[in-house]
Amino acid sequence: MNREHLRSLFTTKSARVDTNKGEAYYKNLYERCRARLDELKKMTPMRTIDIAQVLEDEGVSRRDFLKWASATTAMLMLPASFTPLVAEAAELMNRIPVIWIELQDCAGNSEALLRSDGPKVDEIILEIISLEFHETLMAPAGHQAEAQLEDAIEHFKGEYLLFVEGAIPVGRGREWCTIGASGETFEEHLKRLANNAAAIVAVGTCATFGGVPAAAPNPTGAVGVMDVVGNKPIINIPACPANPANMVGVILHYVLTGQIPELDSLLRPKFAFGYRIHDNCERRAHFDAGEFVEEWGDEGAENNFCLYKMGCKGPMTFNNCSIIRYNESVNWPIGAGHGCIGCSEPDFWDKYAYERPMADANIKMAPGGGVEKSVDEFGLALLTAAGVGIAIHAAASAIGGKKEGEEK
Amino acid sequence: MSKKHIVVDPITRIEGHLRIEAIIDENNTIVDAYSSSTMFRGIEEILKGRDPRDCGLLAMRICGVCTGTHYQRSIEAVEHAFGVTIPKNARLVRNLIQGSLYLHDHVVHFYHLHALDWVDITKALEADPQKTVDEAKKWAKIAGTTPWVADSAKFGEVQDRLKKFVKQGRLGIFAKGYWGNPHYKLTPEQNLLAVTHYLQALDLQRDAAKMMAIFGGKNPHPQSIVVGGVTCVQDLKNPSRIALFKELLKGFRAFIKGAYLPDIYMAGTMYADEALDGTGRGLKNYLVYGGYRLQDTGFYKSELLFPGGVVVDGKYKEFDQEKVAEDVTHAWYEGDKPLHPFNGKTIPNYTGFGKKEGGIAYLDTKGKYSWIKSPIYDDTRVEVGPLARMVVGYVKGDKRITEYVGKFLKNGNLPAKVLYSTVGRTAARAIETDLMADVMMEWVDELAKNTAAGDLSTWTEFDFNYVSKDAQGYGLEEAPRGALGHWVKIRNGKVENYQAVVPSTWNAAPRDYKNRMGAYEASLIGTKVAKPEEPLEILRTIHSFDPCIACAVHIVDTKGKSLGEFKVNTSCSI
Repeated sequence: MNREHLRSLFTTKSARVDTNKGEAYYKNLYERCRARLDELKKMTPMRTIDIAQVLEDEGVSRRDFLKWASATTAMLMLPASFTPLVAEAAELMNRIPVIWIELQDCAGNSEALLRSDGPKVDEIILEIISLEFHETLMAPAGHQAEAQLEDAIEHFKGEYLLFVEGAIPVGRGREWCTIGASGETFEEHLKRLANNAAAIVAVGTCATFGGVPAAAPNPTGAVGVMDVVGNKPIINIPACPANPANMVGVILHYVLTGQIPELDSLLRPKFAFGYRIHDNCERRAHFDAGEFVEEWGDEGAENNFCLYKMGCKGPMTFNNCSIIRYNESVNWPIGAGHGCIGCSEPDFWDKYAYERPMADANIKMAPGGGVEKSVDEFGLALLTAAGVGIAIHAAASAIGGKKEGEEK
Repeated sequence: MSKKHIVVDPITRIEGHLRIEAIIDENNTIVDAYSSSTMFRGIEEILKGRDPRDCGLLAMRICGVCTGTHYQRSIEAVEHAFGVTIPKNARLVRNLIQGSLYLHDHVVHFYHLHALDWVDITKALEADPQKTVDEAKKWAKIAGTTPWVADSAKFGEVQDRLKKFVKQGRLGIFAKGYWGNPHYKLTPEQNLLAVTHYLQALDLQRDAAKMMAIFGGKNPHPQSIVVGGVTCVQDLKNPSRIALFKELLKGFRAFIKGAYLPDIYMAGTMYADEALDGTGRGLKNYLVYGGYRLQDTGFYKSELLFPGGVVVDGKYKEFDQEKVAEDVTHAWYEGDKPLHPFNGKTIPNYTGFGKKEGGIAYLDTKGKYSWIKSPIYDDTRVEVGPLARMVVGYVKGDKRITEYVGKFLKNGNLPAKVLYSTVGRTAARAIETDLMADVMMEWVDELAKNTAAGDLSTWTEFDFNYVSKDAQGYGLEEAPRGALGHWVKIRNGKVENYQAVVPSTWNAAPRDYKNRMGAYEASLIGTKVAKPEEPLEILRTIHSFDPCIACAVHIVDTKGKSLGEFKVNTSCSI
């Protein structure tokens, strides 16, 4: 029964975003972006940066820059005609102030930001966006760091993008985590900074869904940003860590349109989370042919076979890793022979992050699980739950997309 | 007459959430100091009850900076428990993955986390680019090499970029730095040289991360290591992947030799008075668990690149994990005496801050004041990290370490005592990076040779149900920041107890039951500050340890008591 069920699960049409929304839609969007960029240009520049000069300093040709812009345009699921606008938006990015805070985190997303790939241009962007506060990188500490934060909040009231890395303890550990000389709790800190932000970008699975600290038994009562902040637009960029290309994509989209990108039911941008790992996996043909790795290092492994039986959760996981990969596209987990662990999905540590297929899961019981279920039973229950989850997700995404399309 | 009590929170340019409080006397000398971690997640509790084969992935998320090292230690602790010896390819790949981490981590630490403690960016604006070329040549010569950049046009470009940046008003992450503080000692040209390398390292660090991703799948948080071996068969099978790794390594090594080492000579010379004074020397007791297996023998039988050991009062002794204990007198947990990790109890007991005055909350330093426990070795407080590795290797007479440390001191015409200082700690890291880059060239050749000879074996088979009935083991290694160990107990296929005692636990710990200071605290005592309101000197010394606070906070519980509703049954203890 299991095999059949799984097959139907995997071959179901995914929530792939409809990339062609019709000429009228794009014409309208183009005009809106044009107007937005013109408006931004009229603002007093925060920095006078000559992009041509910066490119030259960095040893990047104009051609490389446009190549990057065209790749990014495609990633944002916009037609090629938007490429010049994306290039222009990149040049205007210095007008978007960014405040980056770290809560219950491991700094993995900050490190990922440093790996920002594409051509070297992303490094330039790292310099060109106005990064007002980032604990891991900033020069001052203590009172001077806090003063810089206050200054940025005051100066960019209602204008800055607040990037949040790490979860927030709101249960037993609410008082256990503090920041700054006054001993402000993480929750108070986040709420205060959120109040004056234009929008919040939760990066990484801890900030989006609670992630590591929220894994069973969730000792501190950790949750994601959307469970704490209710009064601001929130964009979730999950994954452990989030792919830097998706971080840059969100910022660019915001500069370009003045709006947050189209989101799915979990507040994830559809341009990045509109399809499953499985849909675009380089090993997909082996799945369809029924060729699996059965054991680490076996003949199947030597021949790039499908990793489903080794616990790959690509079929349950919405993310664009299989397309953009990591570290300048040099590799990605499935490329390195390990299954996907579902790191962009809620509760993945308890639902997906193990090296066996779901039906064989010898996984940790959720708190309050009561009587220990047999492994098979438990696996089956989870499998069904995941199936339902995907179906709901797909429906929600489809509806969301339609609504947005009709409005415009 | 009046002493000042200063609070530095957040300590920035580190991983994690750290607070330092210091008491400064009327001569602007630090007379007392307290180190506190203010963030808690409870990862070890989360690991309990899971399948031991899956723990590595989660344990890795203890830290995104030391990424991969917790992953490997967790996997190795399980392999040690199961008695599994991994194939040669797997050992070499793991060494190369962790080697990439060292190169990446040490370079990013020096340039992006630590350099601004030594380098005044604003002074670089006054530099003469032509004279900067002379400066670059001078320090490269001392290092016995040619400079990474020695082109006045390049230095001029960087300077112009800086000028533009400063002119536009908002300095972003460079705003409110301690620019102009009299304790900055580099000349304008030296500052410009360092800033140039800062920017180039920001670009190059991606290459070291890419090296890890070639065999690891991605960085941060690689995903190709499993209990029994590694999964990256494809990347081993294809000679062009190994060749790409080597090419990136060569490029990065050139930067280490042509920029990083010369910059260390430069900083070491300009701040030599501090080094000779022993500013920041701290505990002067050093511990190394030992790291990087060089042979394919079973656990803890192989020769190591960094030999384990302890140096107390200048004398070397063998390392014995039985002598590790943790104390919670000043940590937010219940407990009354130091206990070996396997017998440790951890029940959170958060008592919060002490007095609050003028909007500032002060630590309750008489009582509990940190989420980090106080590890003790043989009833001694010790320091871990690159300096510990170099000192232990040197005192023990390890051939390779003695050669690299000796070469460094000789080239710089420096007495060995400069190592026992903040500057020395920073220099030891660079010496080690140089050594690591050279050794990795040997390893990558060894890997290429082995796979070319037809050995594609990456995994050792084991019978999980049999070996996981009742087992325990530990994975002990040297992470970039120092001694890192995971201890695991397994029963009926699930983790019964899990613990990590890691570098920043050793270094960032609060006082212990005898009121003896931790390594950070001890290192600050006696330091003279130029301006008490600017914690430049505190940052300099604390950063020299390369703090990683997310790593340091963990919880343990062996007696079946748990934080949440989740229950574990335990019966065995050591």
